[in-house]
Amino acid sequence: MPIRNQIVALLIGFGMFFLIIELVRRRKLREEYSWLWLMTVSVILIFALWFDFLKWVTSLIGAIAPSSTIFMFAFLFLIFISLHFSVVISRLTDRNRELAQQFALLELEYREIRKKVDSSHGKQSPGAD
Amino acid sequence: MKCLGKWLNKEGRLDHHALILIPAYNEGERIGRVIREIKDIFPSIGILVIDDGSKDDTKLRALEAGAQVISHPFNLGYGTALQTGYRYALRKGCEEIAQMDGDGQHDPTFIETLLNTVRRGEGDIAVGSRFLTPGPTRPEYLPYRPPFLRKLGMIFFRTITSMIIRRKVTDPTSGYQAMNRKVLEWVSGEKFPTDYPDADVIIMLHRAGFRIKEVPVRMFPSKDKKSMHSGWKPVYYLFKMLLSILVTLMRK
Repeated sequence: MPIRNQIVALLIGFGMFFLIIELVRRRKLREEYSWLWLMTVSVILIFALWFDFLKWVTSLIGAIAPSSTIFMFAFLFLIFISLHFSVVISRLTDRNRELAQQFALLELEYREIRKKVDSSHGKQSPGAD
Repeated sequence: MKCLGKWLNKEGRLDHHALILIPAYNEGERIGRVIREIKDIFPSIGILVIDDGSKDDTKLRALEAGAQVISHPFNLGYGTALQTGYRYALRKGCEEIAQMDGDGQHDPTFIETLLNTVRRGEGDIAVGSRFLTPGPTRPEYLPYRPPFLRKLGMIFFRTITSMIIRRKVTDPTSGYQAMNRKVLEWVSGEKFPTDYPDADVIIMLHRAGFRIKEVPVRMFPSKDKKSMHSGWKPVYYLFKMLLSILVTLMRK
């Protein structure tokens, strides 16, 4: 690999690595969501440092230019990360729904209890039922 | 409200614990009339309106008309609203519940037929079908005539559902139903599809071993209603329902 390419790839790789670690350190990124990103970085670094491996993978998948291999892996990782997010969002949606339902149920229960307490204190209770 | 321990039928006989669930989203103009019509026929039945984060005065109108109201903090969709109602009924120890729409599309006189079907044990869940006629000679049961595309969709899902559960189902998209406590427990759980429960629920319930009984009911065409069947929704609906049925079949 030309030395310039290698330097750029290493800079990007290490830059991303430190950014992710820093985000986790500052608790802006949860550990459970950092692993896919760290894997992406590792692959970038492995390809940048070990050109023979990149060439081997390139011939393995039938690509001609090593850059195609890098693009393909970058694309693949982005797809996986998006899919991972969709799973996380689905889970959050379910939890959000569950929470709202429980809130609504508790609110009605609270109103009922409140009405009972008010009427037992001899106050006029508003509303139906 | 207890699960309204008193359920008076037409003969004034005191009956089981029953409750009517009405999910409503922005039905302020109609909900009052729907509740009053039910109360005219069944004065002491429990009515729970699930206000699905309406932006209008649905909650107020429902309370005024004498229903109990449970309010979602924001809009969560028809299926979730139904499930909130199911969970409420379950907590209150209801023996059976009926559910109907809040737009006045379902004729409330059939609540009794639906509940009695479940109560007599003819089915664990009674589904009101607008395509079965109670008596062909009676003029008030004019056949329901949906718009063309909707009709096409209904026929499509009717065929699929009937094929899968190997029994004739005429109206699997009907939201006018009654169910017993066993079904109530199931639909309150996590397996209930809360986005658009529909034909897929019938299939799921069948696979869970429940007996489904269709009962003829009357439905009115809904007026000036911006329902879920407008714009791009039908396309999404078709897709979602097919996917839901497919994964239901794959789940075992």
